[in-house]
Amino acid sequence: MTTKTHLELTGVDIDFPTPSGPFKALKNVNLKIDQGEFVSLIGHSGCGKSTVLNIVAGLYQATKGGVLLDGREVNQPGPERAVVFQNHSLLPWLTAYQNVELAVKQVFKNSKSKAEMKEWIEHNMHLVHMDHAMHKRPDEISGGMKQRVGIARALAMEPTVMLMDEPFGALDALTRAHLQDSLMEIQADLNNTVIMITHDVDEAVLLSDRIVMMTNGPAATVGEILDIKLERPRHRLELADDPEYNRYRAAVLSFLYEKQRKPGEVPTEPVTAEEIPEQINHEPESTPLLADEQAA
Amino acid sequence: MSSIALKLLKPLGLPEKFNLAQLIKSLVVPMSGMLVFLFIWNIGAQNIHTSLGEFPGPAQVYEESKNLIAEHNRERQKEVAFYERLDIRNAKKLAANPDAVIKTRPYTGKPTFIDQIGTSLVTVLAGFFAASLIAIPAGIVIGLNKTLYSAFNPVIQLFKPVSPLAWLPLVTMVVSAVYVSDDPMFAKSFVTSLITVSLCCLWPTLLNTAVGVSTISADLNNVSKVLRLAWLTHVMKIVIPSAIPMIFTGLRLSLGIAWMVLIAAEMLAQNPGLGKFVWDEFQNGSSSSLGRIMVAVLVIGLIGFVLDRVMLALQKKVSWDKSVELR
Repeated sequence: MTTKTHLELTGVDIDFPTPSGPFKALKNVNLKIDQGEFVSLIGHSGCGKSTVLNIVAGLYQATKGGVLLDGREVNQPGPERAVVFQNHSLLPWLTAYQNVELAVKQVFKNSKSKAEMKEWIEHNMHLVHMDHAMHKRPDEISGGMKQRVGIARALAMEPTVMLMDEPFGALDALTRAHLQDSLMEIQADLNNTVIMITHDVDEAVLLSDRIVMMTNGPAATVGEILDIKLERPRHRLELADDPEYNRYRAAVLSFLYEKQRKPGEVPTEPVTAEEIPEQINHEPESTPLLADEQAA
Repeated sequence: MSSIALKLLKPLGLPEKFNLAQLIKSLVVPMSGMLVFLFIWNIGAQNIHTSLGEFPGPAQVYEESKNLIAEHNRERQKEVAFYERLDIRNAKKLAANPDAVIKTRPYTGKPTFIDQIGTSLVTVLAGFFAASLIAIPAGIVIGLNKTLYSAFNPVIQLFKPVSPLAWLPLVTMVVSAVYVSDDPMFAKSFVTSLITVSLCCLWPTLLNTAVGVSTISADLNNVSKVLRLAWLTHVMKIVIPSAIPMIFTGLRLSLGIAWMVLIAAEMLAQNPGLGKFVWDEFQNGSSSSLGRIMVAVLVIGLIGFVLDRVMLALQKKVSWDKSVELR
């Protein structure tokens, strides 16, 4: 990892106009991200995680402060900050291949020949293990496969930063695990800078170099940042019993459920990781490779 | 049917899903509806007495339809004979004097029922295409821009419910004043019908296109923004494909309206077509008039139905959202 700041958010505020005056969603968000770093944003729903991501993507404009990417200000969306959307956002009238092609044609229209583009699209399809179904349309493939295509489309833009907005949020646990593994492989290969929003504590700890925990809105901001110093490559099964891994999980959980308990929730005794059953989400011993997706 | 029976039927090449319930649903039920209608029509017709005689029942209408086709064939034979006579006369003239100026006069026989169907179909399609050519681009522009939408929405809402009969006198006068040429490409009556039809069937396509375009999912718009697609590429690659289902819903409504409007306009303006045929028969007042009008009514219905089916087939072909059942 280089020491020069790659992506920097400085004093970002954002106000949304409402009939009863401006609503301050984010206040003074500061974050520095290095080249090749995998950063997760975690927080309760409505805390402004997506807003942060959209500001980096350029889809929203910060009211105060701003974003610098490699020293240049971000003020509009662009393919160098590719976004993987939560609901895949594939064009339903195009095949998986054509969806990626649309992006590739746009980004490389002056730099790649037709044959090179084809090769590049197929290469990215291969990275996400979609070779077998790349000429199918979104309504003919499963949710997990759609999200794979969404990731392929983002990767094919050769982005400086890849932004992922709860990419696996809508998927079942098994499919999610497969995609997390795929993402870790790709990340090990390409060393992209990634910012990912997630609700899932295990996912955050497993994938991230750093976890950025956000306080509750309104006027949400960065609460704590946790460095995950687990060795890579990481394996979910080995990590399940790793005390280090469990300490990280507990730290995130305690931030979410003690320090940032959602207002309106019934106050409870301080919790430890073991007491939150829905979050204890050990993956099954072995999962048939892509079985659930291929069934589609 | 039991599963054993199905297994036995399979090698016979009968579809596996073939069963009695389906057969009844798809064939017997619609047929019996038709029969009930014919029965009521027959009974009703016998009990209605007009100044032109008894209201035509199914049998008379069938007879009249045969007559109309026979009339058409006779008229065609007359036309062929006319041109043959003309050719012979011209050939004689040329034989007598090779420098003679040859005159060819077009046949001016009365248009038959079948001719009127052809005229109406050409007019309705021309009017519908003209309207679509205006409505789809206008709908896209209005749908993409909230300000334009608010600006034009009152105008659209104002003109949408206007009946063709209200437009017709204005259109006739304007066409007479503006469409002046010594050698007109189209007859004035054709232009009048076409414009009236267009004015009336513009609105469903315009509104549905605008709504289809303005309800594109925000995520698809974001994809377009992240890719920095140029405006035209955005429209061609994202906006139009995503609005296609709505555009076609509008087009189908428009074509239906166009067909209804055309018949009314032809009746009122005495422009050639099925509407004029109906009006002429009404004025004619012979004992067969009501039967002939009834034939026209059924043919108008049938053509309207076929036009709608054609649009539906087209809609199914271009619609990407196969999960929606179109009907």
